[in-house]
Amino acid sequence: MSFLTYLINGLSLGSIYAIIALGYTMVYGIAKMLNFAHGDFIMVGCYIIFSVSAALSGNSVIGIIVAVVLCTILGVTTEFVAYRPLRGAASPLAVLITAIGVSYLLENIALLIYGADIKSFSSVITWEGVSFAGGQLKIQGVTIVTILVSVVILIALQLFINKTKQGQAMLAASEDKGAAALMGINVNRTIALTFAIGSSLAAVAGALLCSAYPSLSPYTGAMPGIKAFVAAVLGGIGSIPGAMIGGMVLGIVEILSKTYISSQLSDAIVFGILVVVLLVKPTGILGRQMVEKV
Amino acid sequence: MALLDVNNLSISFGGLRAVDNFNITINKGELYGLIGPNGAGKTTVFNLLTGVYKPNEGIIRLDGEDITRKSTIEINHAGIARTFQNIRLFKNMSVIDNVKVGLSERFKYSALEGILHVGRYFSVEKEMDAEASKLLKVFDLDGERDILAANLPYGKQRKLEIARAMATNPKLLLLDEPAAGMNPNETKELMDTIALVRREFDMTILLIEHDMKLVSGICERLTVLNFGRVLCQGETKEVLSNPEVITAYLGE
Repeated sequence: MSFLTYLINGLSLGSIYAIIALGYTMVYGIAKMLNFAHGDFIMVGCYIIFSVSAALSGNSVIGIIVAVVLCTILGVTTEFVAYRPLRGAASPLAVLITAIGVSYLLENIALLIYGADIKSFSSVITWEGVSFAGGQLKIQGVTIVTILVSVVILIALQLFINKTKQGQAMLAASEDKGAAALMGINVNRTIALTFAIGSSLAAVAGALLCSAYPSLSPYTGAMPGIKAFVAAVLGGIGSIPGAMIGGMVLGIVEILSKTYISSQLSDAIVFGILVVVLLVKPTGILGRQMVEKV
Repeated sequence: MALLDVNNLSISFGGLRAVDNFNITINKGELYGLIGPNGAGKTTVFNLLTGVYKPNEGIIRLDGEDITRKSTIEINHAGIARTFQNIRLFKNMSVIDNVKVGLSERFKYSALEGILHVGRYFSVEKEMDAEASKLLKVFDLDGERDILAANLPYGKQRKLEIARAMATNPKLLLLDEPAAGMNPNETKELMDTIALVRREFDMTILLIEHDMKLVSGICERLTVLNFGRVLCQGETKEVLSNPEVITAYLGE
């Protein structure tokens, strides 16, 4: 029974990684850049929920809505101000370094406003959860909600990408920006929309993350951000189902290795798996093998 | 009246004048050929016309409207669509989705309606599907609508590229070496497709081509480029019998 509990906890943590990884993977797939500030969007989302809930004496629903809206604006603004001017830059490193810069900027702004001390975050999910087998198997509400939310997001995203004109424009831009522009597709707007979706998902992930692990600091987003990046690479960066699978695998491995092997070693095991997968299958679990035709 | 009117168009890359003082006037409904040896600047002209490159000098007018400094997207919306020398389909998308990308800017609903599947989403998607199906039928690609573009045979990929360009509802269609890499049968089929586009859509076409049989078979007028300059232009027959043109193509 306890194994099952750990497995479900792993799935839940994995769901959070997956939601963050979706943002990474969409932006990478379409804009062909790694937005290393993505993890910090989560932290920003958490602080917004924290502040709004405090101001409204505990109304977290409005907090989440405000966080989603503001994170969307933050993502689009960051893209417009910091990344778009560098899109034509000679080296792809320029935008990567800028992303790292944005990451530190956001962390330090949070540090300035909220200070370095850890805030305790009250869960946005108040549901107790359910018990099975006479209390032997207890699943927390936040765990169930997290898994459900991630599944809903995955399905909605797949439908959006494959069944709407904006989604098709994203796919077209990810394959060939030049040809897409020549077909009248506004590539800049398409990339901005990608950032909007990715950042709004970061806010959702933030709400779930801080509900499950209720401590908030300016560095809250950093580690989950990196792990979600690992999840995206593990699943095959650019692939939406890949991000989901990568996130789940990572979450389960992390929780199980914390439980059965060593809590100190769990991160090493997580990153070790990344190394092994990349050695065996460099494009990740669902990544497409890119064959250049000559 | 001239549909496309290009005056004194020039562009330099570094010290090289890739296109120098280029002039062309194409009338509505005309099928016009742009020929010349390799490296003469033909594709550069296409890239200038579609806004991929910005000219150093010159004016491009489409249907009277100055489009010289407009972006690729604006130029497409103004009415120029093109195909590519090396096919640039969206290879991992289905045949019909390629056409829908071409239709995309003409059919409007917001991203929010798309995400939530509400409002205009269903009706507009249905219209797009109908329009795309109609285009595929015209190009005889309706049997392949759901297969990936990458899996189409070569000749049909060329055809799909034309269909996708037509989906943007252009006034002028630019074809960049449409017969490149085709066997004689495929070339013949391509000529039929071009004839079809003219008949069905009353389209004005400018094409770059190396296949002289194709050029002399279908083009009404020609411009010959050599080292970025217009060597000669006029009726196809006259141009092809011009000794200068023969020299440029075959060498001294």
